[in-house]
Amino acid sequence: MKEEGNEHIISVLVENKSGVLSRVAGLFSGRGFNIESLCVGPTLDESVSMITIVTRGDERILEQITKHLNKLIDVVKVTDLSEREYLVRETALIKVNTRSEDRAEALRIADIFRARVVDSTFNTYTIEITGDPEKIEAIINLLRPLGIKELARTGRIAIAREELKAPSAGNGSRKAVMDMEG
Amino acid sequence: MKLTGSEIFVEALKREGVEVIFGIPGGVVLGLYDTLYRQDDIEVILTRHEQGATHAAEGYARATGKPGVVLVTSGPGATNTVTGLANANMDSVPIVVFTGQVSTGLIGNDAFQEADIVGISRPCTKYNYLVKDVNDLAQTIKEAFYIATSGRPGPVLIDIPKDVSQNKADYKPIDKVYIRSYNPTIQGNQWQIKRAAEAILRSKKPIIYAGGGVVSSNASSELKALAEAFHIPVCMTLLGLGGFPGTHPLSVGMLGMHGTYWANMAIHNSDLIIAIGSRFDDRVTGRVADFAPQAKIIHLDVDPTSIRKNIHVDIPIVGDAGHVLADLNKVLHAKGEGDWGKIREPWLKQVEEWKKKHPLTYRHDAKIIKPQYVIEKIYEITGGDAIVVTDVGQHQMWTAQYYKIDKPRRFLSSGGLGTMGYGLPAALGAQIAYPDDLVIEIAGDGSIQMNIQELATAVIYKLPVKVFIINNRYLGMVRQWQQLFYEGRYSASVLGQKPDFVKLAEAYGAAGLRAKEPNEVEGTIKEALKIKGPVVVDFVVNPTENVYPMVPAGGAINEMIFDDPVKAKEATSKKGKTEDSIQTA
Repeated sequence: MKEEGNEHIISVLVENKSGVLSRVAGLFSGRGFNIESLCVGPTLDESVSMITIVTRGDERILEQITKHLNKLIDVVKVTDLSEREYLVRETALIKVNTRSEDRAEALRIADIFRARVVDSTFNTYTIEITGDPEKIEAIINLLRPLGIKELARTGRIAIAREELKAPSAGNGSRKAVMDMEG
Repeated sequence: MKLTGSEIFVEALKREGVEVIFGIPGGVVLGLYDTLYRQDDIEVILTRHEQGATHAAEGYARATGKPGVVLVTSGPGATNTVTGLANANMDSVPIVVFTGQVSTGLIGNDAFQEADIVGISRPCTKYNYLVKDVNDLAQTIKEAFYIATSGRPGPVLIDIPKDVSQNKADYKPIDKVYIRSYNPTIQGNQWQIKRAAEAILRSKKPIIYAGGGVVSSNASSELKALAEAFHIPVCMTLLGLGGFPGTHPLSVGMLGMHGTYWANMAIHNSDLIIAIGSRFDDRVTGRVADFAPQAKIIHLDVDPTSIRKNIHVDIPIVGDAGHVLADLNKVLHAKGEGDWGKIREPWLKQVEEWKKKHPLTYRHDAKIIKPQYVIEKIYEITGGDAIVVTDVGQHQMWTAQYYKIDKPRRFLSSGGLGTMGYGLPAALGAQIAYPDDLVIEIAGDGSIQMNIQELATAVIYKLPVKVFIINNRYLGMVRQWQQLFYEGRYSASVLGQKPDFVKLAEAYGAAGLRAKEPNEVEGTIKEALKIKGPVVVDFVVNPTENVYPMVPAGGAINEMIFDDPVKAKEATSKKGKTEDSIQTA
């Protein structure tokens, strides 16, 4: 169900311990906040994981969400990416039913979206696509008339854009990576 | 040195200064209890129900400021602590609850007396742990006490599987704790404190709205300094009572649904609310849209999520109430020249007029005991000098209204969760902490029965708690709402005249007294206070007395009702021909 307010992407750096995901998810359900997408993965530092949450709400709700996330003992850092420039990506695997007359069409659509066919049988193609959510929605809509047999989506991940600087700044970003590793 | 998990548990608790544990043993914690048996530093109080143990630990913690500790077994022992955990979580009470768990190899197998207590208690604890390795036990206990007592205090649960308490590990005492993702803000932002000071100096009609945070951060003296220096009236939440002296001329008593008229009017008409350690609960604000329409709000709280949760705040200050108030007082002291007594005169006079218009009143009756009269008499006879513990319901509100608390940590009640059955075990916890103080539990006949079994604990441990039951044969607050809002259909709120509390007290080995008429009240209270051991007094009161004033649910806090709709009419039509006379508090 879509709720009032703008969409926000929040990235939450958490301690890599058991039960942490349930604390975060429980916070959202317990307080009636909405989750549109949730994605968890490791980071360069093995002791922490990154949770990317897509949620929706007005300014007051978002303030509460960030405060409550920060209040969780296992949360190391909360960033509302929507306050800055960011990149967002999602990957989908789409298994399309293909009668012989549709197979060329399926490939054409994949081609237009620069998607790849990663598995092929006599009457299915499995197409892998990565992009922003609009792109994923678009290819799904085009493939739907052919008959989508199965669909798996990763949920959205996001990262803040770096400011564009002169080339000498390149060392800086290298250093940043080393900092995270240390 | 290799120690078993049980030995590490006891050593770690000793290092935390734990003197008493409340609990009940069972299969998987036999080892832990055995180790406790073989030492003398920590006393074990065996309660009769795990919920009782948890509330007793809460009472102990609220009365002393030190964390209360509980040890119970797995499964039902653990799940029975959940109400206490939720209560402590709502009211920010520092307790550490240890639960036994089935051995690590059996977890998830639906073993005998297995419950996923870490999963169950996750939303009602500040934090919780399952200790899977005995090598982590000492560290975990250190962290748990730190988390429970720092920042906004709260309950922490540690689940210890049986094999973890049996296995051995090298024990190294742990002195320091650092959790990188947990750093409560203690000092307030200086810029915001400066803004708050300016707002206070500019304000013509300020009011302080003090909550439980004032008590738990020991900020009472700083609060008093602020109020007195600038002649600011102080209203308190239920949990804030005692944070500022109830008999102080600047105290306007409790605010909110059953608060005083003058506290609510002062809040409603103020131009500045200084909220300290309080959270704008719905029982306080009434209809949010009409709450204090002209007021700027300063909100000082250690928990950032409390700020702007329910109410828009103009000047937020995250920090510990004691520290921030000290800083604020310093800034104000440097800036605040002026004859504040004179400046505040019109405002305080206005508040006084509201007080005169609708003081706390009830109709005295020569034949039937009025519950308010009982509380007034208890207050008079004890000279206000008792640790007062309540259960939840009408008697709780009457106590908050008529028993003026002058010192912090002397009034213990279940606020946020409204847990019936809290009172008796919490009173036992307070009595254990202060064996020589007078501890009074004011209960309803409904709520006392929710943990009545702890009378046995009181008798066995010789805890001389005085239990005053305001017995109206109803779930009184429920009945009041049914009368006012459900056209008098008393659905499932009639308790009847059972049990006989005097006989029940005697069966447990406590003394039992009863007062049935108003002229017996005083003597019975005095008699109860003379008895050395635990006493239960059954005050048979008017069954249909209601708590007033009252803000009906959904109303704004300036829209209070002061009397039963029907009775009010009767009283005016009879015009003094009745035996009733209006008695003023």
